[in-house]
Amino acid sequence: MYIFKRLITMLVTIWVIASLTFFIMKIIPGDPFASDADVLPEEVLQNIRAKYNLDEPIPVQYALYMKDLATFDLGISIESESRTVNGIIWDGAPASALLGTQAMVIALVFGLLLGIVAALNHNKMLDYFSMFIAIVGISVPSFILAPLLINYFAVDWQLLPVASWGTWQHSILPSVALAATPLAVIARFMRSSMLEVMNQNYIKTADAKGLPTTKLVIRHGIRNAILPVVSFIGPLFVALITGTFVIEKIFAIPGIGRYFVDSIFNRDYPVIMGTTIFFSSILVLTLFLIDISYRFIDPRIKLTSGGD
Amino acid sequence: MEPNQVDDSLFRPLSAERKQSDPIQRPSMSVWKETTINVLKNKMAVLGFSLLLLIIIFAIFGPKMVAFSPSAQSLTDTNLAPSSEHWFGTDDLGRDVWSRTWYGARVSLTIGLVAAAIDILLGVTIGGISGYMAGRGKTGDRVDGVLMRIVEILYGIPYLLVVILLMVIMEPGITSIIIALSVTGWVGMARIIRGQVLQLKSQEYVLAAEKLGTSHPKIIWRHLIPNTAGIIIVNLTFTIPQAIFAESFLSFLGLGVQAPFASWGTMANDSLGVILSGQWWRLFFPGFMISLTMFAFNAFGDGLQDALDPRARK
Repeated sequence: MYIFKRLITMLVTIWVIASLTFFIMKIIPGDPFASDADVLPEEVLQNIRAKYNLDEPIPVQYALYMKDLATFDLGISIESESRTVNGIIWDGAPASALLGTQAMVIALVFGLLLGIVAALNHNKMLDYFSMFIAIVGISVPSFILAPLLINYFAVDWQLLPVASWGTWQHSILPSVALAATPLAVIARFMRSSMLEVMNQNYIKTADAKGLPTTKLVIRHGIRNAILPVVSFIGPLFVALITGTFVIEKIFAIPGIGRYFVDSIFNRDYPVIMGTTIFFSSILVLTLFLIDISYRFIDPRIKLTSGGD
Repeated sequence: MEPNQVDDSLFRPLSAERKQSDPIQRPSMSVWKETTINVLKNKMAVLGFSLLLLIIIFAIFGPKMVAFSPSAQSLTDTNLAPSSEHWFGTDDLGRDVWSRTWYGARVSLTIGLVAAAIDILLGVTIGGISGYMAGRGKTGDRVDGVLMRIVEILYGIPYLLVVILLMVIMEPGITSIIIALSVTGWVGMARIIRGQVLQLKSQEYVLAAEKLGTSHPKIIWRHLIPNTAGIIIVNLTFTIPQAIFAESFLSFLGLGVQAPFASWGTMANDSLGVILSGQWWRLFFPGFMISLTMFAFNAFGDGLQDALDPRARK
């Protein structure tokens, strides 16, 4: 029952996001045909506008868009007239999703490891070393890290290929560049949270009872400390798998990251709406799954007043 | 007499010596005074705070210490290495990098600090209320539901559209960037604090406070939020550079601080090509300042966290 209710709420949320985006997009000035206006005769422009329903009043345009959306038809791109928006998303999503998932795995594995090691060695060399890496990771943005990685690993040392996409070797450098900042943040969250948990009485009790350290850290420490990381990775995961403008541009990856930015600058209305709906659908679903996962991590958590 | 009734005659005043049995060990002092003393004892916190102060002082006076304006171009002095005349060298248009670095500090620090303030004011408050109300009857569930849907909606609407909308309504420039960051910047903090409060509120001290009649806002602010201080500080050290980089990304797209004005983000962005051409100082100084600021915030934050957490005290 809870899940059914949430599914309805999720659809309403996506509808609200889509509607707000639609009207904001129509309020801001700009014309997708600005560059064609000098070349094409007025009648031709009018016909093109009519094709995209742009000659109708905005409320009518909205109604027509929502009618198509109900059948999952996201329309045709204005910028590249031969492509449907559904097609653009289908073609680009796999590359973006693969890159994002790899970056996520790298960030989680190494971030958690660094954070836990730092917390267990509080104020010792390993702690300072981990936090040094974390500060560097946070303060070097991906648009600086990516060219550096290319310069050393691909140009100077010729270890990895770049500027193409296809084999798994091509995906290593962009994944690392994408993972660096989240890795550092996860490490810091985990360290801070672990430090707090390892000070609790139940840890001292378990330790005094002679529980082996690995079991103590994994069963009692990590499980109680991981919640902030879980809250953090929800939106992060969505942002990573739906494509990133900078990394995809630098590494020439055929993902969908660039459409989020380019469509807005070109006023490519159907693509703006399509990418927004795609992004927010994954977003609300992921945040819902994160909410559910809270209960499995910490059974004391009560999300609703109903039984469940 | 009813079994549950307690008669006044059952109470007797304490004897004189038992009144003395619990002497107060330390002189009483206010929370602020105690925190200040603890922060001052922490070397890393003092270092971080001094660095921040130093960066702010240079941001105010730095550009005036040299004869070069941050936007003055000199086509005969392009790409000069650091020297006694141009302390940080010059860029491809012959502008003084020292002057631009400190001028850029003003823009970048303002954006970072405003982002941090919004994170605390809106993010922590909304996350705290949402997490506390979840599971508290029908009204509570509804409050949590509505707040979290607002968060989702703000996440979902394309950020660039909001920025462009604001630029249309207002003048393009730093104010619009700051407002755009304020609209959406706090939602990450809200989700994280909500998660923390959901976990913390099942603790016995919360139940105790509630049964003793403490009001809900007081439980949230005095009992729950202070226990999330560590996570708040960690998240702030992420929000601040993120806001500084968001500005540089907007500038890169032509929506941020406009040339000839400078910010650390735009300076780093403009000088990406130097990795290949060798004028390292153009990327190094703004990049180093961002890292130094982050280090200062982190060191100060960690020290502050230790000072605020009574369990970490020796």
